[in-house]
Amino acid sequence: MRKYIILGLLLGILLGLTIWMTSLGSVGIFKMAPPMKVLSATVRHLQIVEAAELLAITIGIPIGFLSTRRACRFISPVLIGTANVGQTVPTLAFIGIAGAVLGMGYKAAVIALLVYAMLPIIRNTYAGIRSVDPALKAAVKEAARGMGMSMLQVTAKVEMRLAMPIILAGIRTSMVVNVGTAAIAGMIGSGGLGELIVTGIAVRVTQLILQGAAPTAALAIILDALIGGVETWVTPRGLKALKSAQWQQ
Amino acid sequence: MIKLKYVIKIYPDGTEAVKDFSLEIKKGELCIFLGPSGCGKTTSMKMINRLIPMTSGKIYIDGVDVMKLNPNELRRGIGYAIQNIGLFPHLTVEENITTVPMLKKWPKTRQRARAEELLKLVGMDPQTFLERYPSELSGGQQQRVGVARCLGADPPILLMDEPFGAIDPITRGKLQDEFLKIQSKIKKTIAFVTHDINEAIKMGDKIALMQEGKLVQFNDPATLLNSPKNEFVRNFVGADRVLKGLRLYRARDIMQEPPLKVKVGDNPVKVRDRMKRDMLKWSMLVDGQNHFLGWITYADLEKAKSLREIMVPPAVTTAPETLLNEAMSMMFNSAIGNLAVIDDQEHLLGVLTFDIIRNILGKENSGNQKRFGGSKQ
Repeated sequence: MRKYIILGLLLGILLGLTIWMTSLGSVGIFKMAPPMKVLSATVRHLQIVEAAELLAITIGIPIGFLSTRRACRFISPVLIGTANVGQTVPTLAFIGIAGAVLGMGYKAAVIALLVYAMLPIIRNTYAGIRSVDPALKAAVKEAARGMGMSMLQVTAKVEMRLAMPIILAGIRTSMVVNVGTAAIAGMIGSGGLGELIVTGIAVRVTQLILQGAAPTAALAIILDALIGGVETWVTPRGLKALKSAQWQQ
Repeated sequence: MIKLKYVIKIYPDGTEAVKDFSLEIKKGELCIFLGPSGCGKTTSMKMINRLIPMTSGKIYIDGVDVMKLNPNELRRGIGYAIQNIGLFPHLTVEENITTVPMLKKWPKTRQRARAEELLKLVGMDPQTFLERYPSELSGGQQQRVGVARCLGADPPILLMDEPFGAIDPITRGKLQDEFLKIQSKIKKTIAFVTHDINEAIKMGDKIALMQEGKLVQFNDPATLLNSPKNEFVRNFVGADRVLKGLRLYRARDIMQEPPLKVKVGDNPVKVRDRMKRDMLKWSMLVDGQNHFLGWITYADLEKAKSLREIMVPPAVTTAPETLLNEAMSMMFNSAIGNLAVIDDQEHLLGVLTFDIIRNILGKENSGNQKRFGGSKQ
């Protein structure tokens, strides 16, 4: 309960700040972005994040899954190593490289974000599948095969379902990181809330920076809570109990 | 009916897991694959539903070559239960039980009805358990759900790999009894793997004893115990094989009428004369409704005023379903050395004595291998 109060309070402050800054109209000779501009920037921001995230999920989960297969064992250390090291590369560098190579604009931003967002998804998919107790997994898979599930059904209905909580945690992390990275992408002309921040920094007007930064932060909090909700919703009680039993050991 | 013909399994590393294995399991029969670990019993069983591909040979189910069927379709038609149960932890009990019906795309209402029916069959309350998850069940309950799940789509054939292996002995005994009771109703054709000779004797209609990939002896339990084919079988069934044979019987199969039943009101002197005439050392005292009260010994009758005074109350009595090995150990605790068999209203049904048991075991050993009818439930 306390969690929700703090969350609501924080959101209130951030949104209040946004509205306040927007209502200033202008600071000195600099005009604040009009309300409609803030709104469209937010929508654009979301577009970038969602596009990158959806692509990252569709590419990242299969890569993570394949790296757990015996046939791919030779390449999985490279893949997982890359995913781990890749995350240490600063986002700014990522965006910079993408902008330089792919040219400025929306597309470059989405691609940079996609690569960056994929990393935690790959890593968590891999870890999620590997983390299921081997004895349990062997028994469950044998039973599933013995009852006539195809390989595909065993993967989709059993193996991935058991790894789901950890995969979702990866998606949650990557989503939150993505919101922040998308702001930086404003520097390569992707549009979105980053543009307001970049402009603010260029002219050194705190109010302008805040006008972009506050809604960005609010977006991150909302998305995090949203996926958190999905996580608890799709994780069956049986797996939660299993998880807590593992923690107790 | 399951028929294995000259089945051979050689693993890629050259290990001959199963050598020239032929066997027929008749419809409605529970056949035990028995043997020490590594003897190929599990491999043989798993070749039936093609979880392990055979190297050569043929396996027929109701005359159909299993290699001609789609493996997944084949498996959906055969119930499968394993030692580690392998319940899906992310699915409810209901979803677990209806795994195969779900794969076969039964309508939802029929799946639900089937899950309820099966839970009742294995002695669990559907209202309480349908929505539970495996982690919320005890070990014994998980095994029951495992059994229910392998019966999911009502397959005519079951493959069971030590299905009661992972639980404590008391629960195991209970589940074995319950499963026999269920089997007597559903009459499935079952291949049942175990390394436990006692479980084999108790559960099996037939036992296939294997050693190093070969079928050594294939008989009913009594024959296996009484006429072991060779040294290996003799050792495997154990030096106490005659005692193990006791598990083949229940008290009601061999109990006899008491040699003399006396009523509470009978005259002690007359009873004494009767016992002297028939040379009986003891008789059994009942009341007017045939409720068993206790033992009367001839020696005590000397000083008797009434039968009730000299009656020796029974230290233990037993139910007709009791396995003979348990009944015999109770007899050692009984002062008289005999055991009264009573029903749940304490009516006297019969009596077990050491003489009766010795006769039974003696008969078995002298080559009479016919099992007493209805020794199983």
